[in-house]
Amino acid sequence: MDKHLFAGTGKLSRFILRRDRIRMPVWIFSFVFATVVIGVALAGLYENAQERQAIAATMENPAMTAMVGPGYGVANYTMGAMLAHQMLLMTAVVVGLMSVLLVIRHTRTDEEEGRIEMVRSLPVGRLANVTATLAMLFLVNIVLAVVTGASLYALNIDSMDLEGSFLYGAVLGATGMIFASLTAVFAQLSHNARSAVGLSIGFLLAAYIVRAIGDVGNEAISWLSPLGWILRSEVYVNNIWWPVLLTVGAAILFGALAMYLNAIRDLGAGFLPARAGRIHASPLLQGPLGLAFRLQRTGLIAWAVAMYVLGVSYGSVMGDMESFFADVDIMQELLVPVEGFSLVEQFIPTLMSVMAIIATIPVLMAILKLKGEEKNGRTEHVLGRAVSKNRLLGSYLLIALIASFVMLSLAGLGLGTTANAVMEGGVDVGMVYEAAMAYLPAVWAMIGLTVLLLGWLPKFTGVIWLYLSFSFFVIYLGNLFQLAEWVERLTPFGYISGLPIEQFDLLQAAMLTLIAVVGVAAGFVGYNRRDIG
Amino acid sequence: MTILKTTGLTKKFGDFAALDGVDIEVGKGEVYGFIGPNGAGKSTTIRVLLGILKATEGQATIFGKDVWKDAVDIHKRVAYVPGDVNLWPNLTGGEVIDLFIKLRDGNNASRREELIRRFDLDPSKKCRTYSKGNRQKVALIAALSSDADLYILDEPTSGLDPLMERVFQEYVKEAKAQGKSILLSSHILSEVEQLCDKVAIIRQGKIIETGTLKELRHLTGTMLLVETKEPMPQLGEVPGVRGIEQKDGALSFQVEQEELDNVVRYVSRFGIIRMESAPPTLEELFMRHYEGTGTGGAL
Repeated sequence: MDKHLFAGTGKLSRFILRRDRIRMPVWIFSFVFATVVIGVALAGLYENAQERQAIAATMENPAMTAMVGPGYGVANYTMGAMLAHQMLLMTAVVVGLMSVLLVIRHTRTDEEEGRIEMVRSLPVGRLANVTATLAMLFLVNIVLAVVTGASLYALNIDSMDLEGSFLYGAVLGATGMIFASLTAVFAQLSHNARSAVGLSIGFLLAAYIVRAIGDVGNEAISWLSPLGWILRSEVYVNNIWWPVLLTVGAAILFGALAMYLNAIRDLGAGFLPARAGRIHASPLLQGPLGLAFRLQRTGLIAWAVAMYVLGVSYGSVMGDMESFFADVDIMQELLVPVEGFSLVEQFIPTLMSVMAIIATIPVLMAILKLKGEEKNGRTEHVLGRAVSKNRLLGSYLLIALIASFVMLSLAGLGLGTTANAVMEGGVDVGMVYEAAMAYLPAVWAMIGLTVLLLGWLPKFTGVIWLYLSFSFFVIYLGNLFQLAEWVERLTPFGYISGLPIEQFDLLQAAMLTLIAVVGVAAGFVGYNRRDIG
Repeated sequence: MTILKTTGLTKKFGDFAALDGVDIEVGKGEVYGFIGPNGAGKSTTIRVLLGILKATEGQATIFGKDVWKDAVDIHKRVAYVPGDVNLWPNLTGGEVIDLFIKLRDGNNASRREELIRRFDLDPSKKCRTYSKGNRQKVALIAALSSDADLYILDEPTSGLDPLMERVFQEYVKEAKAQGKSILLSSHILSEVEQLCDKVAIIRQGKIIETGTLKELRHLTGTMLLVETKEPMPQLGEVPGVRGIEQKDGALSFQVEQEELDNVVRYVSRFGIIRMESAPPTLEELFMRHYEGTGTGGAL
């Protein structure tokens, strides 16, 4: 092969390390830290084999298999088997995400910003950049594999031997490498960074879903997904190495394919045909409301799916909840038994409060999008035409209100239907849904405060995120730390009755709604009075 | 008939007065040039006129209505092109144009197509791929395809190439011929000179000169370039003569309008070989106001 194609690869590699001298170590550290902390936490939570066997029983259902993969060594659920079963796939997916983001950053984004053009005008080979990027990504993933393996082994837990620990690391590293190479291929196919990221993450999700379908139904299907391969290494149980070798081999092949495609294409071009966009606005995009929705459509759909998945995840562990609670000490501290209600029913308010606070994030983002538009100088296009400030702000408010309803509904339905499916004797889905809807007034109160800030103190809208984080902290940990009652009363979420174990308090719900209405009204007045931009 | 009028318009950001008593008046069918360097207050004035910023003091009306209170009614008859066109990266140019037309409650399909063709824009591309000039074209097409009575254009051609600038000027002239009014903020003085009936020069938030080009030129006087057989050593003492400079053996100088007759009589005594006269360009006018002040930003 022509040597000139690679001229300058070494220098570019060092330059990539220089640019990411913080970013790459932070990624690696985060994975190692999270893995070790969870390992230690699991060891602390389940001190003996009996407790581990109890939790193993709760993991043997299709929902969990779909989520974390098939359980190996469930009959003898050692610490190592447990960690690999519950954490390895999820961690591997995030490692894949890291590779996607880093590769696009150094390939398509640099190309789009015109930086590759300047590099290529220097005595640098055509393939130097893609080669350097892949080489450095492989390096990052190898370091990740070694450091993870060594750290796990250093925990000195019986069932986590040297070979298993390094295999655990190697699985993560191999996943990172194959997704780095696949992303490099996608970066050649598409025209811009955004769609390259979309394609790559889409492929990552598809790999996860294909594997889930295969693991639950037909194992042959799992072989279509790289994430299916790596799970076959049965870490800490049988320690099979060839799936890792297979994955690394495939990574090298796809890396070569990316280089070949890079060598035969023009700078700035892609192999997938650039889809011409719409020449005319769709019937939906005909006013401020349509615009507000269009700008947030992708994000809102992603959040809606995420809320449903969150509900399903919580619901799926409800199956053997009772035995789980009986065996685990810390959970008994969390829940004080209430007469006449099952432990699952008692747990629902806690789950709901957490999901309601998470569901508030996309809702507030929907309003604060208007602030972002203002900052980017795009509201003046709208206000400079025949659109009043009330109509503009009202459009964003309406989307936030609908989002509050949709997000909570999906979370509640996801939890209710899944719990009903996995629990013996089922659960009343309507009851779970009501428990979710009970949080609407609290979310509305947060909307009211956000609109108020947007109207009067637009520079300080970020405060609402601090307040939401504070709410999360107070509500989630409130019981555990035995915080005083009045502390919980500092957040709207602390006023919501915990259905089904508490009666719905109409007065408190009405008061929160009133706060929301007053906040919104005052916010509109402020927005109408203040300068834009 | 007055379309747009401000009296004593003042806008303060904290202690800083971005506008300090701005008076402008645009009549029907008039093209009003609004010139000044960056940071002088052009865009702030325009944003107040659009009801996006609230004036601290003073009055501003368009079509006789208050720009802050009746913004929506006014905007039904106004088309605006901002100086810095920021568009949504994930919408196409065509979508944005349609949206803008819809937001004014308008619909003029044939006009839209004509403008897209004339300005040579590909409406199927996402805005993120557009250069500054192309983003400006999107805003211009949306504005010009609307049937407005007043066009507010804030440095609309700063990113356009000379060909597109000419297309723009044609459309402005056409709008003027139809009796529409145009407020054109610019620092491309040749453009203002070509298009505008009236000009206001703004500096540090104050209007320092306003009037028709003819009136403004009158203030500055005529440029003369004269070559004579005999030297004119005493020329500098003749009343009304300013800024004498040597140019290829000839003398170039400014003459006040009232003294023109006397000066020409004086010069003719030395035997004229060559004599050229020119009205002062807007640039010279402008420079006269800005030279030596050192503040208010550069052109």
